[in-house]
Amino acid sequence: MEVHPEAGKEGKPSCALVELQGDSSLQVEISDAVSERDKVKFTVQTKSCLPHFAQTEFSVVRQHEEFIWLHDAYVENEEYAGLIIPPAPPRPDFEASREKLQKLGEGDSSVTREEFAKMKQELEAEYLAIFKKTVAMHEVFLQRLAAHPTLRRDHNFFVFLEYGQDLSVRGKNRKELLGGFLRNIVKSADEALITGMSGLKEVDDFFEHERTFLLEYHTRIRDACLRADRVMRSHKCLADDYIPISAALSSLGTQEVNQLRTSFLKLAELFERLRKLEGRVASDEDLKLSDMLRYYMRDSQAAKDLLYRRLRALADYENANKALDKARTRNREVRPAESHQQLCCQRFERLSDSAKQELMDFKSRRVSSFRKNLIELAELELKHAKASTLILRNTLVALKGEP
Amino acid sequence: MAAEREPPPLRDGKPTDFEELEDGEDLFTSTVSTLESSPSSPEPASLPAEDISANSNGPKATEVVLDDDREDLFAEATEEVSLDSPEREPILSSEPSPAVTPVTPTTLIAPRIESKSMSAPVIFDRSREEIEEEANGDIFDIEIGVSDPEKVGDGMNAYMAYRVTTKTSLSMFSKSEFSVKRRFSDFLGLHSKLASKYLHVGYIVPPAPEKSIVGMTKVKVGKEDSSSTEFVEKRRAALERYLQRTVKHPTLLQDPDLRQFLESSELPRAVNTQALSGAGILRMVNKAADAVNKMTIKMNESDAWFEEKQQQFENLDQQLRKLHASVEALVCHRKELSANTAAFAKSAAMLGNSEDHTALSRALSQLAEVEEKIDQLHQEQAFADFYMFSELLSDYIRLIAAVKGVFDHRMKCWQKWEDAQITLLKKREAEAKIMVANKPDKIQQAKNEIREEIEEWEAKVQQGERDFEQISKTIRKEVGRFEKERVKDFKTVIIKYLESLVQTQQQLIKYWEAFLPEAKAIA
Repeated sequence: MEVHPEAGKEGKPSCALVELQGDSSLQVEISDAVSERDKVKFTVQTKSCLPHFAQTEFSVVRQHEEFIWLHDAYVENEEYAGLIIPPAPPRPDFEASREKLQKLGEGDSSVTREEFAKMKQELEAEYLAIFKKTVAMHEVFLQRLAAHPTLRRDHNFFVFLEYGQDLSVRGKNRKELLGGFLRNIVKSADEALITGMSGLKEVDDFFEHERTFLLEYHTRIRDACLRADRVMRSHKCLADDYIPISAALSSLGTQEVNQLRTSFLKLAELFERLRKLEGRVASDEDLKLSDMLRYYMRDSQAAKDLLYRRLRALADYENANKALDKARTRNREVRPAESHQQLCCQRFERLSDSAKQELMDFKSRRVSSFRKNLIELAELELKHAKASTLILRNTLVALKGEP
Repeated sequence: MAAEREPPPLRDGKPTDFEELEDGEDLFTSTVSTLESSPSSPEPASLPAEDISANSNGPKATEVVLDDDREDLFAEATEEVSLDSPEREPILSSEPSPAVTPVTPTTLIAPRIESKSMSAPVIFDRSREEIEEEANGDIFDIEIGVSDPEKVGDGMNAYMAYRVTTKTSLSMFSKSEFSVKRRFSDFLGLHSKLASKYLHVGYIVPPAPEKSIVGMTKVKVGKEDSSSTEFVEKRRAALERYLQRTVKHPTLLQDPDLRQFLESSELPRAVNTQALSGAGILRMVNKAADAVNKMTIKMNESDAWFEEKQQQFENLDQQLRKLHASVEALVCHRKELSANTAAFAKSAAMLGNSEDHTALSRALSQLAEVEEKIDQLHQEQAFADFYMFSELLSDYIRLIAAVKGVFDHRMKCWQKWEDAQITLLKKREAEAKIMVANKPDKIQQAKNEIREEIEEWEAKVQQGERDFEQISKTIRKEVGRFEKERVKDFKTVIIKYLESLVQTQQQLIKYWEAFLPEAKAIA
C-alpha cells in the first residue's frame, strides 16, 4: 500500500516532542515517505551551508535499519560516552492495523454498507495516523542529532545524510539481536556490581540525586505511558461503538411513520458527529499525552545509560588508583600505572562534566515539552468538549421544538 | 367503525340475531367505559340491567365465555419466565471497575419519576366520548415509586423486599399516599393475574421484569459486592417502570388485583411464579406448544390494517434488538474507559511525585486530579447510558413481544370461530343425514339431540364472531394507545439522555478550564 503523507509543516509531532534550538547551518527533515509491503522508505532531506557537504540541498532515501545502524554507531563511539544519545526511533509496526483491515475485509454480513464504509474509513485513518507517527519519530531522531553541537559533526551522520547509495545495512540477524540482549543483561549486572563495590563513593551530590531520580522516574513514566495508551484505546473503542448505533437509529427512523421518524434520524446524525469528535479526542490524547510519555520514557533510558557509562568510568578510575598504589608499594611498573590512572581520571572528569550538562539539558527539554503538550492537550480537550456541547444542544433544540 | 370480517359459511339469515349482536357490542363497550370512570358515578343511559357491576373482574366475567380450558393455559404461557440471557452478563459481571454505589443511579432515576407523573385531576361524570378521549390523553393522577430494597431473611430462602409507594388523588383509593412492602414474586403474581384476565381479549399488558436465577443467588448468598448492588438497583428501576406503565393503562388501573397490590398490607404469596415450580414448567411446555400452533394457524386476513401493523412491529422488534445490542457494547466500553482513566490518574500522580521540577510536578498532580474526576464522569455517563437508553430499549423489546402476543390471541380467537363454524357445518350435515335415514323409532330422539347441538353450535359461532370483532376492536384501540405512549416515552427519554451527555461535556469543560492555567504555570 503506497501512502504518501503531506510533507506539510502542520502539526508535526516532532515539534511537540522536543523543543530544538535549531540553527540554520544544518536542517534535516523527512520530506516524504512511502509505505511498501514490508518496509517504509523515508526521504531524508538536508539543507546545509556547512563546507563539508558537496551541495547545499540534497536528499537520500533511507530505511529503518539504517537509522538503527546510525544510532548504534553513536552508542558504540567512546567519544560520545558523556552524552545522552537520542533514543532510536521504534520500528514501524503496521501489523495490528493491517490485521484489522483484513478482518474487516473478510466481512461480517450483519453490517450494512454504510457501516462497512465508515469502519473502513476509520481503519484507514488509523493506518495513516500510525504512518505519520513513525515518520515523526524518525524525523525527531535526526533533528536532535542535527541540533547537538557535538553529535552533528559525526562522520557517520554525514554519510547517512549524504551518501546516495544504499548503506547496505541489513537488519540485525538473530545472533546480533541475541548479542544485544545479552549486552543489556551484562550491563545491568555490571551496574549492580560496581554500585556494590566497596570504596566506590559517589562524590557528587548532583549525580547521586540524578541517579535516584532517574531510576524512579523511568519506571513511573513507563507505567503512565502504558496506561495512557489504554485510555486512548478505550476512547477509540467508544467512538467505534457509535457506528452501529447510528446505523440502527437510521434504520429505525426510516421505518417509522410517526413523529419518532425525525427524532431517530436526528439522533442518528448526532451520533455520527459525536463519533468523529470522540475519535479526535482519542487521537489528540495519543499525540499529546501517550506519545510524549513514550518519548521521554526512551529519553530517560538514554539518560540512565549515560549515568551507567559515567559510573563505569568511575569504577575504572578507582581500579586504576588501586593498581597505582599496588605498583608503588612494589615499586614496579609505576610509570604505566601512573599514566593509566591519569587517563582514567581525565576520562572520568570529562564524562562527569559533559554528563552534568546533558542531564540539565534533559531536564529543561523535558519540562518545556511537557508544558507545551499539556497546554495543547487541555486546549484541544476544551475545543472538542465545546463542539460536542454545541451539536448536542442543537439536536436538543430541534427535538424539543417538534410537536 | 365495523371491523370487516369474513362471514362464516351457511349463515342463517336471522336479522334479530344481528340486532342483538349490536346491542351486545354496546353492552361491551359501556362495560369498559364503566370501568374507566369512577365507580361512584355510573352512567345511567346505556347500562343494561344485567350483571355488569362496577366490581366486575374485567371483561372476563361478563360476555366472554371461557369454557375452553386451553385459554387459561395460553394466558399463562405468555408470561415472561425466561431467565436472564447471557448478553446481560457484561453488566453484571464483576469487572475490575471501581466500587459502584447504587446512590448515583437513583438520582438519575428520580427525575424520571417526575416526568411520568400526570398531575391533572380525573374528571368524573363524563360521557363516553370524553372517556375515550381521556384514555388517549393521559391525564391520570397517580405516581408510583419503588424504593428501599431490603434483604429479608438469609441463606437460600432470603429475598429482597421493595417499598412500593403510591401518591394519588384518584378517589378509588382510600388514601392519597400510602406504601406497602412487596417482593419480586408479588410483582410476577400481579402480572400473571392481569395477563390471564386481559391478554386474550386484546389488551396489551406490560410485561414484568425478567427473572434472574444467577443474579438473585448472588444476592441471597450475601455477596455485598458492586455487581450485586448493581443487580438490585437494576431490578428496582425495572420494577418501578413496570408499575408505572401498568397504572398508565386506563383499563388495568381499574383492576381490583392491581389495587390490592398497591394498597393492601398483606398479599397472598404467589407461588406459581417460581421458575422451577410445577406451574413454571407447565408454562414453559405450553409456550413451546404455543409456538408450534402459531405456525399452523393460517388466518384469512381480511383487514389489511392488522397485517400491516404486525409487519411494522416485526420490523421494529428487529431494529430495536440491533440497537440494544450496540448500546450494551457502548455501556461496556464506557465502563472500561472509566477504569482505564482511573488507572492512568494514579500513575500520573506517581509520576508527579517523582518529577523533581517543582512546577511540572504540581501540574502533573493536577492532571492526575482532573483525570480522576473525569473517571467519575465516565462512570456516571455509563449509568445514564444504561438506565436511560439501554433499559428503555429492552423494555420496549419485551413490550413488543406482548403486542405480538395480543395479535396471536386474535388469531386464536379467529381459529376458534372458524372451528365453531366447521363444527356447525358438520352438525347440519349430520342433521340432514338423519332426516333421510330410515330408522323411524330412533329418528325423533336423534332429531332432537342434533337440533339441540345445532342450536348450541350456532350460539358458539355467534359468540365466536362477537369475540373476534371485539378483540379486533380492542386491539386497534390498544395499538393506537401503545403507539402514542411509545412516541412520548422515546421522546422523553431521548431528551433526558441527550441532556445527560450535555452535562458530561460541560463538566469536562469545567475541569479542563481549571487545569489549563496550571499547565501554563509550568516555568
